[in-house]
Amino acid sequence: MPTVSMTVNGQPASAEIEGRTLLVQFLREHLKLTGTHEGCDTSQCGCCTVHVNGKGVKSCTVLAAACAGATVMTIEGLAPGDLLHPMQEAFREHHGLQCGFCTPGMIMSAVDMVNRLGNELDARTVREQLEGNLCRCTGYHNIVKAIQAGAAAMKGR
Amino acid sequence: MYDFAYSRPASLDDAAAALSAHGDFKLLAGGMSLIPTLKLRLARYAGLVDLSGIAGLNGIRRDGDAMVIGAMTPHAVVAASAEVASTLPALASLAGGIGDPLVRNRGTIGGSIAYADPAADYPAGVLGLGATVLTSRRRIAADDFFTGLFETALRADEIITAVSFPVPRAAAYAKLPQQASRFALVGVFVAQTAGGVRVAVTGAGLAVFRWRQAEAALERRFESAALDGMALEADGLNSDIHGSAEYRAHCAGVMARRAVQAATG
Repeated sequence: MPTVSMTVNGQPASAEIEGRTLLVQFLREHLKLTGTHEGCDTSQCGCCTVHVNGKGVKSCTVLAAACAGATVMTIEGLAPGDLLHPMQEAFREHHGLQCGFCTPGMIMSAVDMVNRLGNELDARTVREQLEGNLCRCTGYHNIVKAIQAGAAAMKGR
Repeated sequence: MYDFAYSRPASLDDAAAALSAHGDFKLLAGGMSLIPTLKLRLARYAGLVDLSGIAGLNGIRRDGDAMVIGAMTPHAVVAASAEVASTLPALASLAGGIGDPLVRNRGTIGGSIAYADPAADYPAGVLGLGATVLTSRRRIAADDFFTGLFETALRADEIITAVSFPVPRAAAYAKLPQQASRFALVGVFVAQTAGGVRVAVTGAGLAVFRWRQAEAALERRFESAALDGMALEADGLNSDIHGSAEYRAHCAGVMARRAVQAATG
């Protein structure tokens, strides 16, 4: 089996994988980074969202081998040290979750949204941009509030 | 998903050679359609040849009167491009409506048209604008490119390098998204080009096609009223739980009128 090497959350990571190994499997099963969740496995729910070279992607639909040499960030790599990232803190503050299964993907997607569209996001934009992330608990209301607050708190970072 | 040999060649020649040497190898672009297809075991290949390591396939450039988009350019880049927004806003808007933001970060124009999903958005833009598909071997006119259900004029070892879009006088795309998948239940791309009015319909048939009756009406008068009361012929259109052929035929008229309004508004 070929070996794939990439940088994950700032650390070098490599493993022997099959060609068909998905990025989400590489992260969860080889690196034991289980913060990235696999929900639908059909690129609909967005629970598996991570950043590859700074862009949000659904890791259930990306081959690990295709990420050779890439820089990957998962939910585990978002917070600097012991402090929560502002987007994580906003989800806590606004209770933007219930069961929490979709939350890692929501937060990684939210940070991607801020990276693309900036810190001032109106509720309509957030809802439109969340098209690729499903939550079966909350009805999204507090998630939208959390993302707006988290986006504002990320300003200047 | 069955296992396969993965390779990421650094040149078009090497990629084409891999395809020539192995009849059961397939190209991988963004993978947003191909990987789900493999996971469902709707297709099986002995090898995937990833195009992401080949320089020069990614990017947007102006070439005279045409906008040339590299085959590996992601939808998000086309949607956010200031140059596309100013000269071909209909295409930027189309790209910004594909899938969701995370899919748009990964999916590519070359992959979309090579896959030729009957409900994909890009084929409507390519056919509606009368674009030219540039490949490792030749230039293929959009009218000759889409040949059937998931079928194109591409040969087995031929690789799309870019799509060249002539800049139209006016153009717009309107789609009725299927409520769950957001693929086009019906999508209509209307363009007023140097060669005449073109109307391309996706989602309604086995492959994207031109709607000649609408083109003729808009040629006489490029305003939405020219299409009042007009609907596609329902015979032979797609019919499923999401919409009957008659519904799609009707919605094609509605989408065409909306597209003309957007193009002229």
